[in-house]
Amino acid sequence: MALLTVRNLTKRFAGLTANSDINLDIPEGCLFAVIGPNGAGKTTFFNMVSGFLAPTAGTIEFAGEDITHLRQDRIAAKGLVRTFQLLQLFKNMTVAENVEVGFHLATTGGVAAALSRLAWFRRQEADVHARARELLAFVGLAGQAEQDAELLPYGQQRLLEVARALAAKPRLLLLDEPAAGLNAHETDALAAVIQELNRKGTTVLLIEHDMALVTRIAHRIAVLDFGCKITEGAPDEIKRHPDVIAAYLGTEEAAYA
Amino acid sequence: MTSNRTMTSRASIFTRLGDYGYFAIGGAIFIALLFAFVFIQGGYLLTVMQLAMIYGLFCVGLNFFMGYTGQASFGQNAFAAIGGYGTAILCVEYGFEPVVALVASMAIAGVISVIVGYPTLRLRGHYLAMATFALGLITYDLSVQWTSLTQGYMGYSGIPPLGIGPFTVEDERWKLVCLMVILLFGLWVSGRLRNSRFGRALRAISTSEQGAAALGIRISQYKLAAFVIAALYASAAGSLFAHVVGFISPEVFGLQMVVVTFTMLYVGGIGTVLGPAIGAVIASLLPQILRSSGRFQDIAYASILLLLLIYVPKGLSALSGIGRSRPVRSSTSDADQARPLVSDGRVGSDCDMPAPQARTGS
Repeated sequence: MALLTVRNLTKRFAGLTANSDINLDIPEGCLFAVIGPNGAGKTTFFNMVSGFLAPTAGTIEFAGEDITHLRQDRIAAKGLVRTFQLLQLFKNMTVAENVEVGFHLATTGGVAAALSRLAWFRRQEADVHARARELLAFVGLAGQAEQDAELLPYGQQRLLEVARALAAKPRLLLLDEPAAGLNAHETDALAAVIQELNRKGTTVLLIEHDMALVTRIAHRIAVLDFGCKITEGAPDEIKRHPDVIAAYLGTEEAAYA
Repeated sequence: MTSNRTMTSRASIFTRLGDYGYFAIGGAIFIALLFAFVFIQGGYLLTVMQLAMIYGLFCVGLNFFMGYTGQASFGQNAFAAIGGYGTAILCVEYGFEPVVALVASMAIAGVISVIVGYPTLRLRGHYLAMATFALGLITYDLSVQWTSLTQGYMGYSGIPPLGIGPFTVEDERWKLVCLMVILLFGLWVSGRLRNSRFGRALRAISTSEQGAAALGIRISQYKLAAFVIAALYASAAGSLFAHVVGFISPEVFGLQMVVVTFTMLYVGGIGTVLGPAIGAVIASLLPQILRSSGRFQDIAYASILLLLLIYVPKGLSALSGIGRSRPVRSSTSDADQARPLVSDGRVGSDCDMPAPQARTGS
C-alpha cells in the first residue's frame, strides 16, 4: 500500500485551476519527485498535501488515514513534514536551537515541566540538545551550531531546514524546491543528504525545478504542467517522454498555435 | 572582504571578553550599587524603585507575549486592572488575606484572558494590536462606569499592605526587598520557560508561524498560553501596586501604563530574559535623575530614549550576553565562512558593538 495516496486533487482560485484532478501514489521508502515548469502548480499541490491550503476537491490519504482537512500541525504530527521554498527558519534562534524546535513533536512537556525540570525533562532536554547536534553533523553544519541561523549562507540555510524537518522524525519528508538558489557544489551536497536520509528509511517527496538533479536522484517522477499531471514514470522514461520535452521546451505545434 | 576579516578578528577579542560577561559583571555591580544607594538614601527614591519592580514584573510577563512569541498587545493593562481591583475589592470589602486576594485575582485574570484571548488571538499583526487596545479601553471604561463595583473615579483607598497572617510589610525598605524577591522569582520563571521546549516553541512562532506549524507546533495554543502568562504577571503586578501604594483608581491602569511599559520593554531589550526588568529600572530612574534639568526634563527624557533606541536598538541587555541562553563561541573557521556574507547587510553595526550579530538575545 502506498504511504501517500492523492485522489482527484483539485484547487481552483476564482476561475484559475491551479491543480486539476491530480492522482498520485507514493510508495513507502521511495524517493519521489514532482517536476514541472514554472507555474505548473507544484507548490499549490505541496501546500494542499501539507495542509497549508484547503483543496477544492479530492482526497489525500496518508498511511491509510484521510488527512485532507487536517490542520498543518496535526498533519506534521502524523509524520508528514515539509520544508519551504521560501525558507522559514527561526532567525532569532541559533542553528542548533532551530533543530531543537524540530524535536517538538518527538518530545513532551509544557510550562509545568519546564518549571519543575524533573529528571525525565532534564534528560529529554539533554537528549534533544545532543541529537540536534547529531543532525547538524549529518547535514554538515556541526561547526555552525551556536551561530544565529540568519547568519548562515543561503545554501547552508537550506540544509538547516532539512535538518530541522528531520528532527521531527518524518515518515514522509516533503521538500519544496530544496535546491532553489544553490550553486552546483551546494546542490551536490544537498543531493547527497537527500539520498542518504532516504536510504535510512525516510520516504521523500521532492518538488524540483532542476531536471538534472531530479533525474539523478529520484526513483520515480511525476510531471505537472498547467495544473495537470501529464505523466509519471522512472527517470529514464521521463527524460525521453515527448510530453515532458514539450512541456519544458515547447513543441513545434505549440510554436505555431 | 579583507576589511571584514580584520574587523572580525578584532571583534573576536571583544567576543571573548563578552563571553566572560564583563558587561554582565559590570551591570550586576552597577545594579548592586544602585540598590545600596537607594537603601541608604531612602525617601522618595524607595517609592520610585518599588514602582520600578512592579512595572518590571508586568514587563517580564508582557515579554512572554510580545518578546518571545512576537505578538502585539496594547491591552495588557486590562489584566493589571483586574489584579488591582480584585485585590482592592477582596481585601477592603471582604477582608481577604493579601496573598489569597493576589492569587484569587490572578485566577480571575487567567480565566478572563483565556475567554478574551481565544477569539482575539486569531487576529494577527495590526488587527491584533487594535483588538487588544480595545480590550484596555473597555476595561478602563468599566473601571470608571461600574461604580457599584469599582467606586468609579474615586478609586479604592485603604488597601492593606502586603503580608502573610500576622506579618505585614509596612517598612518602605522591606517593601522594596519583598518586591525585588518577587521580581527575581518572575525572572527565574521567565528564564526557565524561555530555554525549554515550551519557550523554543514560542520563539519559533515569533519568526515563522508557517515553519512552526510545519513542525507540529499548535500555533493558537501556544499564543494563548503566552497571552495567559502575560495576564497572570500583569494581574500580580496590579495586586502588588494596590498593596504597596494603598490606593488605586482607573488612571493607574490607563493608557499611560501601556506607553510606559512599552518603553521599558524596548529600552531593556524585548525578547531577552533580563531586558524587561532592566528597562523598568532605567525608565523609572531616568525621569528622577533628569528632574534637576527643570522644565527641559521631558525633552531630555525623550532624547535619551531616542538615543537608546537608535544606538542600542536591541535594548540595553543586548550590550552583554546576559540575556542569552548559551555563550557564543565562534571559532575562527566559522567566522571566516559565515561572517563575510552577513557583514554585507550589516556593515555599520560591526563597529558599534562587540560582535553584535552573535550576541543579541532575542
